[in-house]
Amino acid sequence: MNEKTISTTILAQGLCRDFGNRAAVCEVNLELRRGEVLGFLGPNGAGKTTTMRMLTGNLSPSAGSVTICGIDMLGRPRDAKARIGYLPEVPPLYRELRVDEYLLLVAKLHRVASAILRPALVKTKQRCGLSDVGRQLIGSLSKGYQQRVGIAQAIIHNPDVVILDEPTAGLDPNQMREIRSLIRELGAEHSVILSTHILSEVETVCDRVQIMHRGRMVFNDSIDGLKQKKTSLEEVFSQLTLGEASPGDIQAS
Amino acid sequence: MIFTIAFKELKALFASSLAWTLLALVQLVLGWVFMGRLDAFLEVQSQLVQIANPPGVTEIIVAPIFAMAAAVLLMATPLLTMRLIAEERRNHTMTLLTSAPISMTDIVLGKFLGLMIFFCGVIFLVMVLSLSLLMGGTLDIGLLLSNAVGLLLICACFAALGLYISSLTAQPAVAAAGTLGILLGLWVMDIAADDGGSIMRTLSLLKHYESFNRGLIDTFDLAYFSLFILTFLVLAIRRLDGERLRG
Repeated sequence: MNEKTISTTILAQGLCRDFGNRAAVCEVNLELRRGEVLGFLGPNGAGKTTTMRMLTGNLSPSAGSVTICGIDMLGRPRDAKARIGYLPEVPPLYRELRVDEYLLLVAKLHRVASAILRPALVKTKQRCGLSDVGRQLIGSLSKGYQQRVGIAQAIIHNPDVVILDEPTAGLDPNQMREIRSLIRELGAEHSVILSTHILSEVETVCDRVQIMHRGRMVFNDSIDGLKQKKTSLEEVFSQLTLGEASPGDIQAS
Repeated sequence: MIFTIAFKELKALFASSLAWTLLALVQLVLGWVFMGRLDAFLEVQSQLVQIANPPGVTEIIVAPIFAMAAAVLLMATPLLTMRLIAEERRNHTMTLLTSAPISMTDIVLGKFLGLMIFFCGVIFLVMVLSLSLLMGGTLDIGLLLSNAVGLLLICACFAALGLYISSLTAQPAVAAAGTLGILLGLWVMDIAADDGGSIMRTLSLLKHYESFNRGLIDTFDLAYFSLFILTFLVLAIRRLDGERLRG
């Protein structure tokens, strides 16, 4: 049991969230183990971002619970948040700060001990390919570099869980490839949740895929499992989110 | 953690030209008033000698400068407070703070503290302006300090209110307009009051600042300012906390 709680980094059970009368997210369960990269798919408006906001403690669920490495998000939000790195859809960048200043600020906000601030900064910049732009203002960087700064702010405090909301949106193919290999690399040490619209990205980067549709989790299977069944992710995705098939019927193991 | 946020606010403030522009404008306006009052003082100086117990240079020059400084800062505060939360929301940077392992109290107090450090700088400049009079005479240092404390407290009131209004919206312009409107309302409130004991007069910011301006530190005024600051800071914290529930 103890080993299970340690290897399970995110456990969300029965997550619901209503906005007024509309249920944006309903009964979502999610489990993620250390060293796993989860692809989080769904059409626009399916509730992906809402779910991620609940996982990161930015939004209180109407019902259900979130535990991060065994720590309850509602009960001990500070300890739980310290273990998460989150890159929202729009990277939260202060354009008027330099890359170094910004990353140091983020590290301090996440209570990184002052003795290891500098090494953490150097290591993070290296991983994200930012070593040459440390002195530049964030506002003057290109979109690809800004995205990298966004990822850097999510991993500088060495979190157990990294949650990335559409990290490759709007990047050119080369930058996408770089970011994907970075995510792959992150998956070795951290657990990663990756939300995206690019199905091929999920197939190359992720170990497991979950699909959301109309606020419900309609699919959950490993990429290897998909390959064994000889179905492509695209087929599954369009079948689940376009077809008349009612969600829940096709719930895979 | 509070200091980290305060420091970040100051850095962002001085990285933009807003802080420098405001400092320059405040100094220009106050320098102008200073010159005007100094001129007036020199004109009436000979007549003052003839009255028993005449008003000194501190009453005639320094006190009006501080009164003016409060009015100028009332205009400037909304521009500073609108950045604190409303603009962070619009730029989507608020998520960084709310995802970090810090409480809303840390965020609000950090932002408040950052702004207060900026105001301390402004007040320091006003003090230096007043102290320059020491070159040609003596000053009533007690009165000067009472004015400085009053200005600091009223600035804290402006900042607390502005911070709360800023937490209500994601539109910086709306936050600024709202703050300015309410501050002006509180400022001129006592005009409507005809008798001294009216509730309007009790609630007016200006009335409470006036006693500091005269060198009178009254516990009632101190209590009013403290309650004002505390109320709006708590409201801002509650508002940000509630955001997680409302979405």
